[in-house]
Amino acid sequence: MRRIISMLMENEPGALSRVVGLFSQRGYNIETLNVAPTHDSTLSRLTLTTVGDDKKIEQITKHLNKLIDVVKLVDLTEGAHVERDLMLIKVRAQGALRDEVKRTTDIFRGQIVDVGPNVYTIQLAGTSDKLDSFVAAIGDADILEVVRSGVAGISRGEKVLSL
Amino acid sequence: MELLSGGEMIARALEDEGVEYIFGYPGGAVLHIYDALFKDCKVPHVLVRHEQAATHAADGYARATGKPGVVLVTSGPGATNAITGIATAYMDSIPMVVLSGQVQSHLIGEDAFQETDMIGISRPIVKHSFMVKRAEDIPVIMKKAFYIASSGRPGPVVIDIPKDLTRPDEKFEYHYPASVKMRSYAPAQRGHTGQVKKAAKLLLSAKRPVIYAGGGVIQGEGSELLTRLARELNYPVTNTLMGLGAFPATDRQFLGMLGMHGLYEANMAMHHSDVIFAIGARFDDRVTNTVSKFCPGAKIIHVDVDPAAISKTVPADIPIVGPVVAVLEELLTQVGAIRGKEKDLPDQGALERWWTQIDEWRASHGLWTGRRYSESKMIMPQQVIDSLYRVTDGNAYVTSDVGQHQMFAAQYYRFDQPRRWINSGGLGTMGFGLPAALGVQLAFPDMDVACVTGEGSIQMNIQELSTCTQYKTPVKIINLRNNYLGMVKQWQDMQYEGRYAMSTYEDSLPDFVKLMEAYGHVGMEVHELADLDAKMEEAFAMKDKLVFLDIFIDPMEHVYPMHIAPNGSMKDMWLSKNERT
Repeated sequence: MRRIISMLMENEPGALSRVVGLFSQRGYNIETLNVAPTHDSTLSRLTLTTVGDDKKIEQITKHLNKLIDVVKLVDLTEGAHVERDLMLIKVRAQGALRDEVKRTTDIFRGQIVDVGPNVYTIQLAGTSDKLDSFVAAIGDADILEVVRSGVAGISRGEKVLSL
Repeated sequence: MELLSGGEMIARALEDEGVEYIFGYPGGAVLHIYDALFKDCKVPHVLVRHEQAATHAADGYARATGKPGVVLVTSGPGATNAITGIATAYMDSIPMVVLSGQVQSHLIGEDAFQETDMIGISRPIVKHSFMVKRAEDIPVIMKKAFYIASSGRPGPVVIDIPKDLTRPDEKFEYHYPASVKMRSYAPAQRGHTGQVKKAAKLLLSAKRPVIYAGGGVIQGEGSELLTRLARELNYPVTNTLMGLGAFPATDRQFLGMLGMHGLYEANMAMHHSDVIFAIGARFDDRVTNTVSKFCPGAKIIHVDVDPAAISKTVPADIPIVGPVVAVLEELLTQVGAIRGKEKDLPDQGALERWWTQIDEWRASHGLWTGRRYSESKMIMPQQVIDSLYRVTDGNAYVTSDVGQHQMFAAQYYRFDQPRRWINSGGLGTMGFGLPAALGVQLAFPDMDVACVTGEGSIQMNIQELSTCTQYKTPVKIINLRNNYLGMVKQWQDMQYEGRYAMSTYEDSLPDFVKLMEAYGHVGMEVHELADLDAKMEEAFAMKDKLVFLDIFIDPMEHVYPMHIAPNGSMKDMWLSKNERT
């Protein structure tokens, strides 16, 4: 099962490598990874998605919690949550394709953020599934470049991940 | 407030931390620190001959005393040489603080002379690590390092210190904090009361109980309480390789070590039990054999200070996260409360039948009453350990290396006290025994310290004989000499039709007696069983001499019992070369 694990960690050099290293060391997989400082400059928020059965996820969260640099951790998939992945995608946009790409972008509520004579760069935010669908709708042949932020997530309602 | 340089702050912090010995080796990146130690530091420094030995010596010291071992090495090769010892300590949860020098801050990343990314290299094998960025942070980092290394589930902590931050001409205000708080580190202080209550009930409802205690009981200083609990309930106890000494081995309730080379009675009792009380143990693959076949009828209570150790391989029915002492205290209270109301618990009839069964196992293939090692004209390795046990009155600190000799020592030396058996259980590091013995002997100069080893292992850190000369540590080295890498040979006998691929030295072994003389020690060969006890006594009578007993044993002997793998359960064992359960 796919899980979104999100954590606050000390904004220290080497903290990220401890998290990433743990995954390779113990044979776990990271599917997506997103990390940036928070409003509190001493803390970073790291969100990752991984796949595993309950036993494996339990081990992953326990080992992450053991890392001294990890301050607090939540498995967002255990409750209601909002998740977003941001994609910048550069696609071929010539001739008839130009209108077609524009229409598809509108359907997915994306934005064209850069326009060239032969290419569009589209920004699209949403769940990973939605981004996958957009990529499928455009088709491999016309995609020039894809950049995704990895999933960022937050709990719904009053629940917060803070100190 | 006093002004000190980075190097001086390190020296002073070691004093303030109450460190008794620093094990290390100087080099370019740590020369400022060494100069500070030389000029003004009360903590003696032990100069080893290889940095790996510094970590093992500090490790041996830590295992014997319970206090963190301290290591100081230079950058680059000094740091990488320390890695095996750090990994050894990590696998066995041993408190250790390793100070490694680093090239100057402005050179980091430029492939400078003797530069290596110590934080990166050591990352998977440390509990935590610190890269010092500002000299004024040194006192707090030192305090945190010692705190992290020795609290919760202990482990090694590395502090990497760029040379420029230890310069003698830059001084800072020194204040060593009395304590530190870390928002991201709070090891459990006690077990969950509800869980402990449940555990007490389950424990008392048992008809075929086993207490399975590991190294965590020793590390957590829980031996006394565990012994009290076991005796109060009259439950059988087995110890892991790391847990030997957690419960007195000469006690009638002791079943011996369990696992791959565990005793028949211990493995049989585990397999047929209905309740297992696991404490400070981690269901290691060398214990469980095939996990899916592990103790099919048993409910499992698992106590550990590390939540990640619980249900890692074998799922626990009642997990309890907490330090062993706090949990055992509460458990004893709960057990007492339940028994106050229900006086017939546990079921004495069932317990009696269980003990009858265990005694039958003991009588049939038990290590002390049922099983006999092979008959031979040569000295048997088991006889050597037995002789060592008798001559030292079971009171010695025994370190070991890794292989057959380690298993014989674990099986046959009966440890009645914790911290007396010092071996690399998790990582299985050959070369551990001699430097570890050095560390133990320095901690306890008046005690007998024996290093049980083989020709393979001893040669992996044999240079430390020189360190033993320098610091006059009268370790007794018991070499079980069979001219093979014995455990490798045993597996080759059992699984590779006796093809001894690269497991013999042919005629290349040194004359150990002469070698000892070269170092200023005493070496003696023992060939006849009739001489064994006398030579052993002679060795231990030389109180101020390192003595190496080169004891020629039957090279064909195997360690038994031995779990049958793959796909075997706890009860599936080879009992001798041609006899199995």
